[in-house]
Amino acid sequence: MKIINLDHISSKPLLPEVKAAMIEAINKDHHNPSSQHKSGEVAAEALVQARGSVAELINAALPKEVVFNSGGTESVNHAIKGVAMANAEKGKHIVTSNIEHNAVIRSLRRLKSMGYKVTSVSVNEKGRVNPQEVAEAITDETILVSIMHSNNETGTIQPIEEIGAITREKKVIFHTDAVDSVGVVPIDVQKMGVDLLSFAANNFYGPTGVGGLYIRRGSRIFPLIDGGVQEGNKRAGTENLLGIIGTGVAADITRRNLDQWYNHYKALTNKLLNDLPEYISDYIINTHPEHSLPNMVSMSVQYIEGESVMLMLDDDNIAVSTRSACATGSLRASHVLISLGLSHADAQGTLVLSFGKDNTEEDVTAFLIALKNVVTTLRNISPLYQKAAQG
Amino acid sequence: MYNKVVMDHFRNPRNVGVIENPDGVGEVGNPLCGDMMTIYLKIDNENIDDIKFQTFGCGSAIAVSSMLTEIAKGKSLDEAKKITNKDVAKALEGLPKNKLHCSNLGADALQMAIKDYEDRKAGKKRPELIRIDKHEHSHGEQCYCPYCDIELEGSTTFCNACQSSLEEEH
Repeated sequence: MKIINLDHISSKPLLPEVKAAMIEAINKDHHNPSSQHKSGEVAAEALVQARGSVAELINAALPKEVVFNSGGTESVNHAIKGVAMANAEKGKHIVTSNIEHNAVIRSLRRLKSMGYKVTSVSVNEKGRVNPQEVAEAITDETILVSIMHSNNETGTIQPIEEIGAITREKKVIFHTDAVDSVGVVPIDVQKMGVDLLSFAANNFYGPTGVGGLYIRRGSRIFPLIDGGVQEGNKRAGTENLLGIIGTGVAADITRRNLDQWYNHYKALTNKLLNDLPEYISDYIINTHPEHSLPNMVSMSVQYIEGESVMLMLDDDNIAVSTRSACATGSLRASHVLISLGLSHADAQGTLVLSFGKDNTEEDVTAFLIALKNVVTTLRNISPLYQKAAQG
Repeated sequence: MYNKVVMDHFRNPRNVGVIENPDGVGEVGNPLCGDMMTIYLKIDNENIDDIKFQTFGCGSAIAVSSMLTEIAKGKSLDEAKKITNKDVAKALEGLPKNKLHCSNLGADALQMAIKDYEDRKAGKKRPELIRIDKHEHSHGEQCYCPYCDIELEGSTTFCNACQSSLEEEH
């Protein structure tokens, strides 16, 4: 049974080369990379190699600026709480946006309960932050700006380079949550002017449970996890060596194929957007037409609810993601979609489609055919559609 | 996530549609997630002769609507008035805890439709269709924290067990 996977924002499948490298690493019986004997040195060498590969993917000046950990969420927690703790004497004010991932929102909520102040700048109807508003939000007390690189619900990319220029001038530490961007679009931490950048390996065809935080040399940040001196004394605990080896291989292959994959993603996205009106009507595209991840389309199908769509497409062996309140644990409309000005009812019908390198144009067409049927079925059940049709 | 009975009613919902010239209509909206349900009744000799529904909502909301209409069809109004959300959830052999609120929609819409029928019969001016605009607990239904699944007291917006705010915060 073939499943058409149109949900790559949640995770991308392991590359065959990554699987092979990880299996080989298992068979090598690696020792602890911190051990100083020969076996430990072999393990440490594997770690060095992987770190170099990731540093190259994001164009870090030095490999040691890459700190491996358990994934995107830990990276974000480390960036925000680590900077807050290390700079509390300087100030307790943080600037963010109101479309961040829960890892950011909840880390900041925790800090707020400890006396930190947070200013959250809003986005325009296209989902973008205005850098000028970030500049105006920064005060003498501001110790950190945290704005995501691309949004996990819309795919919209923020003007990170412009914000980076502002934070550099004002000498405020700048973190960007680039979990959904690294491996999909070119990332250059030096050009972007960021001090901290979060990434996750499973978003560039590496294993789940591995990610990292780029920490520009000289940035003032405390570890989130204390213990040994692993990872340049920035993240204690014996490294997930198998996962990190897989991450290094994934980073190498992604870097070499980034342009080709980018064009492939863009072709699929264009086909989807071009063909969509032939299949369904009454939908809203939430993804920015220009500044967005090439592989992602967020659309709100009006008068129906996303979880129902997702379940019916699943019956057709098509995997998609929805941002309907019903499908999330919190049962509340997505703060990101509401920030774009979407009504609660429209937000309910939001599907997030994200392509991977193995998707084909045939997949897009199969999805559109299935979507048309599902939308027709659900609109026949929906009281809203009937009302809208009656005008 | 859903059991087989729920998925069957979701995939093949019974009694979908509109009744032309209905004897009673009930429409409720769930403010928590934006779901909406409309129930149409055809009453013959104080019995539910026909019942149809339209629902804007998740898999659970559609399954609840379908099962509710199956339970209510053919019942006398007195019997139908006794149908609770729990009856619907039980007939569906259970819903995920954080989806139990979806079952509130069903029984509420039915009771509203019956009330609408009785009001029309009594010659009362037909009231505007009412949307429930706040999170109310009816028929003794419990609410659960969406994060830790513990039972919540009344209409609280904070879960003491896991210290989660139940309101979006910015």
